[in-house]
Amino acid sequence: MATGIKDKVAILGMGCSRFGERWESFSEDLAVESFIECLVDAGIGKEEIQAAYVGTNFDEVNLGKSAVPLAVALKLPYIPVTRLENYCATATEALRAACYSVAAGVYDIVLALGVEKLKDTGYGGLPGGAARGIKAHMTWANMSAPGMFAQLATAYSAKWGLPMDKIKDAIAHVSAKSHANGAMNPKAHLRKVVTEEQIKAAPMVAYPLGLYDCCGVSDGSACAIVTTPDIAKALKPNQNIVKIKALSVSASSGEEAIANTWDGSHFTTTRIAATRAYQEAGIVDPREELGMCEVHDCFSITEMVTMEDLHISPKGGAYDDIMSGFYDLDGDLPCQVDGGLKCFGHPIGASGLRMVYAMYEQLLERVPEERKVKNARLGLTHNLGGMPHQNVAAISIVGLD
Amino acid sequence: MVGICSYGAYIPRYRLNRKTIYQAMGWMNPGNAAHAKGEKAVANVDEDSVTMAVAASLNALCGIGRSQLDGVYFASTTMPYKERLNAGIVAGALALDSDVRSSDFSGGLKAGTTALLTAIEGLEAGRLSKVMVTACDTRLGKPASPQEMIFGDAAAAFVVGNENVIAEFKGSYSITHDFADHYRGQFSKFDRQWEDRWIRDLGFEQFIPEVVGGLLKKYGLKMDQFSDVIYDCHYGAARKKLNKLLDIPEGRDHGNFQMEIGHSGAAQSLLMLADALDKAQPGDKILVVSFGSGCDALYFEATEKILGRATQKSVAQCLAEKMLLDNYNKYLVWRDIMPVEVGMRSEEDLWTRWSALWRSRKMVFGLCGSRCTQCGMVQLPPQRICVNPQCGAVDQTEDYLFSDKLGRIASFTGDMLAASLNPPAISGQVDFEGGGKMMFDFIDCDLDSLSVGNPVSMSFRRKYFDQKRDISGYFWKAVPLMEGK
Repeated sequence: MATGIKDKVAILGMGCSRFGERWESFSEDLAVESFIECLVDAGIGKEEIQAAYVGTNFDEVNLGKSAVPLAVALKLPYIPVTRLENYCATATEALRAACYSVAAGVYDIVLALGVEKLKDTGYGGLPGGAARGIKAHMTWANMSAPGMFAQLATAYSAKWGLPMDKIKDAIAHVSAKSHANGAMNPKAHLRKVVTEEQIKAAPMVAYPLGLYDCCGVSDGSACAIVTTPDIAKALKPNQNIVKIKALSVSASSGEEAIANTWDGSHFTTTRIAATRAYQEAGIVDPREELGMCEVHDCFSITEMVTMEDLHISPKGGAYDDIMSGFYDLDGDLPCQVDGGLKCFGHPIGASGLRMVYAMYEQLLERVPEERKVKNARLGLTHNLGGMPHQNVAAISIVGLD
Repeated sequence: MVGICSYGAYIPRYRLNRKTIYQAMGWMNPGNAAHAKGEKAVANVDEDSVTMAVAASLNALCGIGRSQLDGVYFASTTMPYKERLNAGIVAGALALDSDVRSSDFSGGLKAGTTALLTAIEGLEAGRLSKVMVTACDTRLGKPASPQEMIFGDAAAAFVVGNENVIAEFKGSYSITHDFADHYRGQFSKFDRQWEDRWIRDLGFEQFIPEVVGGLLKKYGLKMDQFSDVIYDCHYGAARKKLNKLLDIPEGRDHGNFQMEIGHSGAAQSLLMLADALDKAQPGDKILVVSFGSGCDALYFEATEKILGRATQKSVAQCLAEKMLLDNYNKYLVWRDIMPVEVGMRSEEDLWTRWSALWRSRKMVFGLCGSRCTQCGMVQLPPQRICVNPQCGAVDQTEDYLFSDKLGRIASFTGDMLAASLNPPAISGQVDFEGGGKMMFDFIDCDLDSLSVGNPVSMSFRRKYFDQKRDISGYFWKAVPLMEGK
């Protein structure tokens, strides 16, 4: 009988590069940056790492195929290194693979690393067509990422009868909050405080999403070294240990895209992954029990509907929670405490681990006072890879003993 | 009895006021002021002669089972492919069985009537029973040329057969002249023409009487026996003269939509025939004369069945559903006359994988999905394993056509980041009546006019043009209904 991952794996160390337009860096440089920080934090030598899982999404403008370029860049000594890719859930998948291999008792110490170099495309936004495959070229609508996610807003507005100007108010607050949080973070990509008025006045990217409703397209890397709780305690007897409470992934079955049961206003996968994650972590009331979260705010509207799909805000009721400051840094359940994808940045294959890094540094109280979350206990991270009608949702929950 | 069983027209939704053209280019050729009246119909950026022929054919198909057709003839002088049967693309979009005769008719502007005649002769010979004949042209004149003003884009289609005939074919007369009034060589994008006076005086004023006289003589007819006379001639003064010369009784010259559409090349006479059929009464005799490298004169007589005519849209309705293109530069960009910066995102090199396209032909060309024979759920794209979680049947499917279904908008956006020659790229999720759904590009609409719940119909369009390899790629898009607003 499977018993889940709860408390079976501990995070021994983490690292996160500075995110942003890293014109001076290749993927390998970014990976080295997060890896060295992680090794120092873990307090081990790299020869103690027994296996590594590497996540990167756009291999076309990144490392290329396989994990070999990364093994070479980090000079990992002939250990098993495997590349993973699952859209924006890529880094969480790397963490999941690492944690499962430790929990299975196959390895004691394993590296999970995510890295993405997006700023070698020559244009804004994510690279498009080829990565979507041959069938997409023949039949997919001409949609960019903001175009796909923007449609959540029109469908949500129709479903709940919430006028678009109120949605614009709520998602402007979402982005303003993330800018405020990100501005305090030296590793964040976008570090400017932006007002809700500025956000609403920005040029349209994909109706109703304006420029500030879209996250940063960034270069960056984040990583974790995981081990058993016993080894972690033995190596770090004088420090709190951050443990994995849940790791949950749900991929679309085709039902949202093909059957007529999904209305386009929410994420079926996130709802399912969240329910499973709470079960695994033993959480009964996420709104009360979670202390903070980093959700997939690729676009402000994604964050808005995600807060409902995570069963935190009532369905159709995210507006009230957002506008009342429930998710602000000083609110009851701070969200995007490091700036989120919106401002910390979104190097696709690194984001899941960056989110866990944000939880990790809060749980270990390593952040300056101004950024600190009160009573950080349990932290949730959430990735949504793909597009609203066909995607993968990944959730991790981490916490102290 | 052999003749026309049903028919349909297609006029692209966008119209360009000729004054707009003149304001932009009149400085170059002030003489064009003479043409700067009325509107020309302009194909959308994703329309070409094939897609518009498909639209007209779907309009003509109204009520006729696709499996009854055993031929598709397509006439145009602006076909996207020189090698690769354009009529074959039309047949695919019409989701016809593979056992159909098909051919492209091209070269001169009389190709449309010649295609119609050829189909009729196949019926008369008893070799074919029901043939779709469609004609479309999207000819280009250079900026500041008279042709730019005169030409318009449109299509017409006819189902000809020997049952339920609404207009009986009574006879024809043809002439051939290698008269190079207009021509395009094999590498030319733009039309070239010789002097108007020569075309008018030697061409129209001699050949039209020659072919009409030939027909009247052959069948022992007099002009006043025809209730409607269609002939191709865009010169206004020449028309007046010809009406007299041909003894066409007052009010029976059907006209030419020059003010509303412009000269639609190989489709011109057939489009006028569709309009004539919209108005014909039983017993009406209709004369149709094309012009271009010679002439065909065809003679039809409306039957009692004309009263039960079923078209989805009359020519008048097609004309009424219009949007003004108030931007000459946009026209130049859409027709690939003026280079424009679409952004580097548009430069990604995406290959057409012909073998994959062949595998997907039913879906891509016919918009054919699947229906699960176990639970009945319809699905697009077709699925081998039923998507219904309560079913999950494997390979228990039959074809299910979506191209003829209406849908409703479930979500939408206008995307400024997606590379497009008509930004914002509007797209959204369509829920089909009867089930099934998919994300589609939305075209022929403005973002401001869209709401969740609006009805849409499906339209076969060019999805991409691969400049490097000269490939027009096609798929279906959603058109918000104008009458649904």
